[in-house]
Amino acid sequence: MNRYPLWKNILIGLVLLWGLIYTLPNFYGEVPAVQVSSGKATLKLDPATVTDRVAEVLRSAGIEHNGIFSDISGVRARFASTDVQIRAKDAIERAFNPDPQDPSYVVALNLLSASPAWLTSIHALPMYLGLDLRGGVHFLLQVDMPGALTKRLDSTTGDLRTLMRDKNVRHAGITREGNTIHIRFRDSAQRDAGRSAIQGSTTDLQLSDRDDGSDDLKLVATLTPQAQQTMRDFAIKQNITTLHNRINELGVAEPVIQQQGAERIVVQLPGVQDVAKAKDILGRTATLEVRMVDDTPGAVEDAIAGKVPFGTELYTERGGLPLLVKKQVVLTGDRLTDAQPGFDGQTNEAAVHLTLDAAGARIFRDVTRESIGKRMAILLIEKGKGEVVTAPVIRSEIGGGRVQISGRMTTAEANDVALLLRAGSLAAPMEIIEERTVGPSLGAENIAKGFNSTLWGFLAIAVFMCAYYALFGVVSTIALASNLLLLVALLSLLQATLTLPGIAAMALTLGMAIDANVLINERIREELRNGSSPQAAIAAGYDRAFDTILDSNITTLIAGIALLVFGSGAVRGFAVVHCLGILTSMFSAVLVSRMMINLIYGRQRKVEKLAIGQVWKPGNN
Amino acid sequence: MEFFRIKKDIPFMRHALVFNIISLITFVLAVFFLATRGLHLSVEFTGGTLIEVSYTEAAQLDPIRQALGNEGYPDAQVQNFGSARDVLIRMPNREDLDTNRVSERVMSTLASIDGPKGELRRVEFVGPQVGKELATDGAMALLLVIIGIMLYLAARFEWRFAVSAIIANLHDVIIILGFFAFFQWEFSLPVLAAVLAVLGYSVNESVVVFDRVRETFKKKRSMSTPDVLNHAITSTISRTVITHGSTQMMVLAMLIFGGETLYYFALALTIGILFGIYSSVLVASPLVMWLGVSREQFIKPKKEKEEAVV
Repeated sequence: MNRYPLWKNILIGLVLLWGLIYTLPNFYGEVPAVQVSSGKATLKLDPATVTDRVAEVLRSAGIEHNGIFSDISGVRARFASTDVQIRAKDAIERAFNPDPQDPSYVVALNLLSASPAWLTSIHALPMYLGLDLRGGVHFLLQVDMPGALTKRLDSTTGDLRTLMRDKNVRHAGITREGNTIHIRFRDSAQRDAGRSAIQGSTTDLQLSDRDDGSDDLKLVATLTPQAQQTMRDFAIKQNITTLHNRINELGVAEPVIQQQGAERIVVQLPGVQDVAKAKDILGRTATLEVRMVDDTPGAVEDAIAGKVPFGTELYTERGGLPLLVKKQVVLTGDRLTDAQPGFDGQTNEAAVHLTLDAAGARIFRDVTRESIGKRMAILLIEKGKGEVVTAPVIRSEIGGGRVQISGRMTTAEANDVALLLRAGSLAAPMEIIEERTVGPSLGAENIAKGFNSTLWGFLAIAVFMCAYYALFGVVSTIALASNLLLLVALLSLLQATLTLPGIAAMALTLGMAIDANVLINERIREELRNGSSPQAAIAAGYDRAFDTILDSNITTLIAGIALLVFGSGAVRGFAVVHCLGILTSMFSAVLVSRMMINLIYGRQRKVEKLAIGQVWKPGNN
Repeated sequence: MEFFRIKKDIPFMRHALVFNIISLITFVLAVFFLATRGLHLSVEFTGGTLIEVSYTEAAQLDPIRQALGNEGYPDAQVQNFGSARDVLIRMPNREDLDTNRVSERVMSTLASIDGPKGELRRVEFVGPQVGKELATDGAMALLLVIIGIMLYLAARFEWRFAVSAIIANLHDVIIILGFFAFFQWEFSLPVLAAVLAVLGYSVNESVVVFDRVRETFKKKRSMSTPDVLNHAITSTISRTVITHGSTQMMVLAMLIFGGETLYYFALALTIGILFGIYSSVLVASPLVMWLGVSREQFIKPKKEKEEAVV
């Protein structure tokens, strides 16, 4: 009666084999590697050609490698030791970036899994360790959506003004007030013309009439909910892309950049210790804006006295001179395709050379043609505060989309500004709302602590089970070990991030998983006590205990799932392992242990006694 | 080896009232400490900055406090963490503080103090908004766990079991929180995870007993309700003790080897395990009895339903 059909034994065996294979990569550790990735937003990296080039470079330099791999983020080569790795990095760096001032590629040191290629090819990868286990920096960034909306409305205001001019609609002023745009008209005929012009050009705006007086007719425009949603989605996507580019400049291996919730972005940089540098690059929420300077005589003096003329803002130029700049934005950093540090051909000053895309180049040409003799300000907006980088006088029409920013910059500053602009501008400002740094030694210590507590706990349980339940205890211990095996395999397969609370969950889950075996073993003893035959006791013990195991595990699973849904950070790391552990423990406690017991006792026709420790019967003491 | 040789069912239910009064007193005390002392919430919930610095020799706390005070952080808490060489600095969020730069400024302040140089081990900065969200999310998780478990138990067993299990296990949770409030242990995210895990774990325990109650009701016709409960508890007691013993061994390993981070996590679990046994045996079961559980609820004759409506 206690026999599993062959297919069931094979199936359980296969599951265990699968567990073993997917657990394996965790034992291999990591080897030094060099990673090559694109250093410019404009440069698309072609894995095949780069792989060939890296191989070629290493061959000509006489450096041996243990394989070159490529994925979307870049190309990586593995090496035998850190010495070889550093030599290889230098060689590759020289070959790929002939001009160190203008690197096209990021060449960074990295660690790769040392597991053999056949394991990697079936996607058997080691568990992904959380920052608390490997050290590094974690940032949670909040995207300033109201700020993005304001920016969008400001540019829409400019667009509307152009539209009115193009369609020959006379208006008495377009202003942004809060989250709405007000367009004034003198008569209703012009207002109707204005309305149809706007409706003909965009569907993003909702229009409504408002009459504040007989001669003050208004059209109030607001962004439609769909347009706002699109804007939010765009803002967060654009910011993630920008962060990718910026972090690439840091040369971090395996960074994590993910959206969290509607307006937050998580950035994790494993292994980064120079927090200040990382923060600097991430936190500099710089955007470029080109605006016209208001050179009306006397206006600057008024503004300094506190009366800033309507539609303008007061800024300080580099060097401390006050400057009055129009609020209307001519051009933003979105139109920028490249920025390089360099020198002004005539003055030999440090400068930044900008390249604009087609639309940007057209706008720039039109504006410069119309405003010869006027001054144009180039602003760098950081954390909501603007700074005028330079405000040159426009001498002639500038076409072709090549622009140079210069003036009172050091070479280092020019480099920084170029890097910032090249990495792309953010669609909306961001703020760091959470920051965690874990030193690498602390990470290694955490792993050791977590590992030790699991190991000693496991050993204590194993010793006790074997002593208390004899052969059945040994079977339970093996079932528990297979539970651990399956759990690690599952975590590796899912590439779930393992954290210290995750290891704690693993230990706790093992402690709780033994419950199922205790239930079964106790039940079998009870059946024996009540006079059942050994074979019947095994069958009844497993069958009866199953209901209880199911009920108790499902309630635990409910708690685990709630943690998974509502938890974040440490709680979620805990919950993932906990939930998976409950599932694997049900499998191993019920099926694996039953299979072993069946293999031991099921073949014998007559079993005299079960090796389940002492069974005391009330009658015979 | 065998620990339990019980000839007759132990009359747990005879002392049910006494145990429940003890429970009630502990519960009220826990609530009292929670209300008067409050939880010592970690930086994750309150928002603020936490910096862990490690020195090669025993650290002098006073110069650190003084230097931080001069630098404009008079409300910084400086204390040892784990050993005399590790220092933990906590700073609450303040309006005027440029929170993003705090860690750098603190590190440069520490570097300016004479004596051995510290090594930065860990920095945690949490904005006030994030902390608030974590707290509400934690409360939501708790609520969801309670509702989910009650629904499951009500469906699988009977509403009386659901109600008593949840009361008994919330009592465990409140008592754990009470301990944390009384001793002012730090209540962090891992501890919250532990508390919620205890809720699942402790219900688990009640379910095992209830399962046996259901089975006994079905099998033995002539037994009175208290006898059924006594029998169910007695026949599962060896499993109860062994299971909890095993889990506790694991948790003990975490307490000993897990270091500072896992210490409070393991401590919460230890309290949860102890009270989990107690509450499922001596709180949940009597509650089920008082709520009026009986054999008829498990053997449902189909025709009786119509009469019940009348």
